[in-house]
Amino acid sequence: MTAPETQPDAQPATRWDDQWEDHPAGAAAAADEPVSITAYPNGPLLVRGTFEILTPTGEVIPPRRKTVALCRCGVSTLKPFCDGSHKAIGFRTEQEPPEPQPPLT
Amino acid sequence: MRIPSSRGPVSGALLELLETSPTDTHTDLVEALHERTATALRDTDDLVQDDDLQTALFLAYELRYSGLTGIHDDWEWHPAVLALCAAIEAPFERTLRERAPMPELPAPGVENVAAALFEFTGADSGPSVSRYLAKKATDEQAREFLILRSIYQLKEADPHTWAIPRLRRHAKAALVEIQADEYGGGRFDRMHAELFARTMRGVGLEAGNGHYVDVVPAITLASSNMMTMFGTHRRLRGAIAGHLAAFEMTSSQPNRLYGNGFRRLGYDKDVTFYFDEHVEADAVHEQIAARDLAGSLATDEPELLEDVFFGAAAGLYVDGLAGAQQIDAWTARASALRVAETAGLRA
Repeated sequence: MTAPETQPDAQPATRWDDQWEDHPAGAAAAADEPVSITAYPNGPLLVRGTFEILTPTGEVIPPRRKTVALCRCGVSTLKPFCDGSHKAIGFRTEQEPPEPQPPLT
Repeated sequence: MRIPSSRGPVSGALLELLETSPTDTHTDLVEALHERTATALRDTDDLVQDDDLQTALFLAYELRYSGLTGIHDDWEWHPAVLALCAAIEAPFERTLRERAPMPELPAPGVENVAAALFEFTGADSGPSVSRYLAKKATDEQAREFLILRSIYQLKEADPHTWAIPRLRRHAKAALVEIQADEYGGGRFDRMHAELFARTMRGVGLEAGNGHYVDVVPAITLASSNMMTMFGTHRRLRGAIAGHLAAFEMTSSQPNRLYGNGFRRLGYDKDVTFYFDEHVEADAVHEQIAARDLAGSLATDEPELLEDVFFGAAAGLYVDGLAGAQQIDAWTARASALRVAETAGLRA
């Protein structure tokens, strides 16, 4: 065994968080990342990130997985989560991108 | 896995070979295996339902998973074992391609592929084991259902995990996202295979991997072998992605019905949690599998589009056959297992 050679001009390793300029470096970075919500065509909303889902009275619904699917068709028996029922009722979402909202008057 | 019993000349010759040392050259045993395999493949009426050939392939494949108790691990990559696999795999794949009804292929594009997969899997109108279980199954039939499922479910997710290093970009990330959830997000007690073991123990069945291999019909082994074949051949990465998509897309509602069936029979959440968990999990997975896994793969590698649908079609075909056989047996008041007396299986 030989000792690893020292490299006097070696730079400190780049931190993962430093790779993205718009994300702050440091321990809080993960928590500060925006939650993403993806609308799946003819299906649920998939939520990824650090989030809480609350009941109307403010109690946390414990998540059972990292990525959850939220019901969008209204007939899930597991609301707020999706149970695949949208397929049985032929739920369809609009294909075109959302219209710009009219300005508030 | 404890060593399953032979079901004929090929699986018998394979077991005889495996019980020797892989470093010795047993030319006679290797030749016997080779000849018997060629004969069996020539004479079989139906490779998909062939007890001997599917058992031989299952044994050889198990060396890639948990191994066989008392059998040297070096057999996994031994040329004689790989030759056996190759000899069975080629006609097995060809048979599945000939028989599994394929839908019309969509134009490339993530949304097109996902929509076509949902349409294809939604049109599947085969006999429904889940409806039978929810409404009619006796306690004994429900136990048989768990025994049949245990061949795959006790290694749930493993055959599809082979595909992770074979995929790139979005398809890889999507598969990792699904599989991480299958493996309980890294928590042993939430791993789906472990939840299934809990369900088996909850009804008094043995939950050791492969405990019931000897009593399941060839079609159940064929279903598992198909997944391992798709998962362990890079060439078939499109098929394993399509298989997973179809599996997830036909899982949420059936699992609700399975759970209802076990509740109807008086079991509590120790037994039903596995199924209830899958209602929610697979409603997430099917979206990721259809769009981000299968859709992305078929877009990044358009030459795999057909195989994505082949994997989906083959999965529906084989599991449809298995389901039909179960329901036929049960409605005739017979056992769906290979041996009639299930009483001896109860703990």
